[in-house]
Amino acid sequence: MDVQTLTYIIVGFTFAIYIGIAIWARAGTTKEFYIAGGGVHPVMNGMATAADWMSAASFISLAGIVSFTGSDGSVYLLGWTGGYVLLALCMVPYLRKFGKFTVPDFIGDRYYSDTARIVAVVCAIFICFTYIAGQMRGVGVVFSRFLEVEIETGVVIGMAVVFFYAVLGGMKGITYTQVAQYCVLIFAFMVPAIFISVMMTGQVIPQIGFGSELVDGSGYLLDKLDGLSKELGFGAYTEGRKSTLDVFCITGALMVGTAGLPHVIVRFFTVPKVKDSRISAGWALVFIGIMYTTIPALASFARVNMINTINGPEMTGTAYSDAPSWIKNWEKTGLITFTDKNGDGKMFYSGDERNEMKIDRDIIVLANPEIANLPAWVIALVAAGGLAAALSTSAGLLLVISTSVSHDLLKKTLMPDISDKTELMYARIAAAFGIVFAGYFGINPPGFVAAVVAFAFGLAASSLFPAIIMGIFNKKMNKEGAIAGMVFGLIFTTSYIVYFKFINPSMNVSENWFLGISPEGIGTIGMLVNFGTAFIVAKFTAEVPQDVQDMVESIRFPKGAGEAHDH
Amino acid sequence: MSFDSKEQADKYWKENLGIMFKLLAIWFVVSYGCGILFIDALNTITFMGFKLGFWFAQQGAMYVFIALIFVYVKMMNDLDKKYNVEE
Repeated sequence: MDVQTLTYIIVGFTFAIYIGIAIWARAGTTKEFYIAGGGVHPVMNGMATAADWMSAASFISLAGIVSFTGSDGSVYLLGWTGGYVLLALCMVPYLRKFGKFTVPDFIGDRYYSDTARIVAVVCAIFICFTYIAGQMRGVGVVFSRFLEVEIETGVVIGMAVVFFYAVLGGMKGITYTQVAQYCVLIFAFMVPAIFISVMMTGQVIPQIGFGSELVDGSGYLLDKLDGLSKELGFGAYTEGRKSTLDVFCITGALMVGTAGLPHVIVRFFTVPKVKDSRISAGWALVFIGIMYTTIPALASFARVNMINTINGPEMTGTAYSDAPSWIKNWEKTGLITFTDKNGDGKMFYSGDERNEMKIDRDIIVLANPEIANLPAWVIALVAAGGLAAALSTSAGLLLVISTSVSHDLLKKTLMPDISDKTELMYARIAAAFGIVFAGYFGINPPGFVAAVVAFAFGLAASSLFPAIIMGIFNKKMNKEGAIAGMVFGLIFTTSYIVYFKFINPSMNVSENWFLGISPEGIGTIGMLVNFGTAFIVAKFTAEVPQDVQDMVESIRFPKGAGEAHDH
Repeated sequence: MSFDSKEQADKYWKENLGIMFKLLAIWFVVSYGCGILFIDALNTITFMGFKLGFWFAQQGAMYVFIALIFVYVKMMNDLDKKYNVEE
């Protein structure tokens, strides 16, 4: 059977599973819609969190980024896993004890202020929208490459599937489909990684193969890669090129941003007990870690493979007429281009003036099975995995968007008298609008999708994270301080990123940056601005009311948490 | 108030913070320390086919993160029991 037929079968099969689960897990109340009824097993929740977290970007792009940047790519690996330690130790158990449905719920109640609640709602919605646009694009790319349909058609199919289970099942439907999606995506990621590890190093576990000698007898993988990279003018693979302060700040912004992302935090409202929320964060990181520790291994395998395929065993280039089919396939999508500069009919890839190839980072994971000559069903599986990653994250984000509108904005601020049923209806309408919006950006991608990812993390780091942390650990933090902190943190971070990414991109070089910190890392400084402003303002404004201080005391120990509740 | 006295509550919170800061210190050292600040010095050491700093940044720190959360869960569950505030 050819790749395309296999892809249709495997993708169709996984979609049927997702829809089946959605029908089984319909939500009947807002509590089921928002937090899956609060009865999710911690290991299941960990798995769902992992699927929620690992997006199309993690699945499709991250190994490519690490593969192309070597040591500099570590910031993403550290940042996107280290944030879970902050979540588990500093946030999740307390927020679970607080026991409401959403992040703006906590901020609004803790700072006894609807203004604070609305600032949090705006941050949450903005973060989710920037994120979701990229997911739908991922769905479109996978569909167009593997099923050879138009990107538009792919996006519409993806929208329909997400619509079905997110709108019908809410958090309940999403949770159980995410568990299924995790299984699909991790299987799809690990199978090619293990295959390639065995082929190149003889080691079954890619994490070990990563540090092993190559089977062709040319020494350790990483030594070979360092040698190749230097020879081709890229600089050693295992040495960084970014400044230490910048690396420090980017890692910080990604970690803190991760811990402040609303779609991740709400997942921990779904478990029955405080104790469960702690262990659930641990399981989430185990499930994420399986993929994240494989990514750098896969990245280095792919790099060696790709260089060898293009430059040939003698490192003099391979004739274009003999190019393997994956190069031709990806040329059609425009993600690989070859310009025969010296007219010798041979392809050559390097980091200096000899280079004749333009290769998009995003193809590394998707093309890897083809580059390594793996069987067709593995290629089909990768397509299904990429879709699972994109769909699971979209659904989680949609839920936050719909909850923010129906619960935080309508029920808690504008229309406090609506019934549970009406609120549920509004939640579904909001989710439907969210999908249409996301689909629009999937079909008409704004050129700045990559740039806005930095934005989402910067915003989470400089607005929501400090407000939550101070809300738990500083009883004396009042509403004036928290609101001023969020507003200043946001304005600072937004202006810095907007200036360098949108208004004046030509200035976006390290000489012009504040202390040499790139827009990707500025969220760390934004966070400090938030904390600083909040403490100064709180010093000169009214004391926190006693009942709120008592509430803070009461979230600091597990006893009496009970189920998450509405009022 | 679920504690016997205000002193008990304060002591619980103090111990809670102690656990948290100790584990966060390790978190900081393996990621920002070994993986970023001291990466060049550690890269002079070879470890199972890796340069050590590079290994921390792309492998080791993540294993430590996972371990930290499970240690935290164990320590906090014990602490909750000691003060009789578990669910």
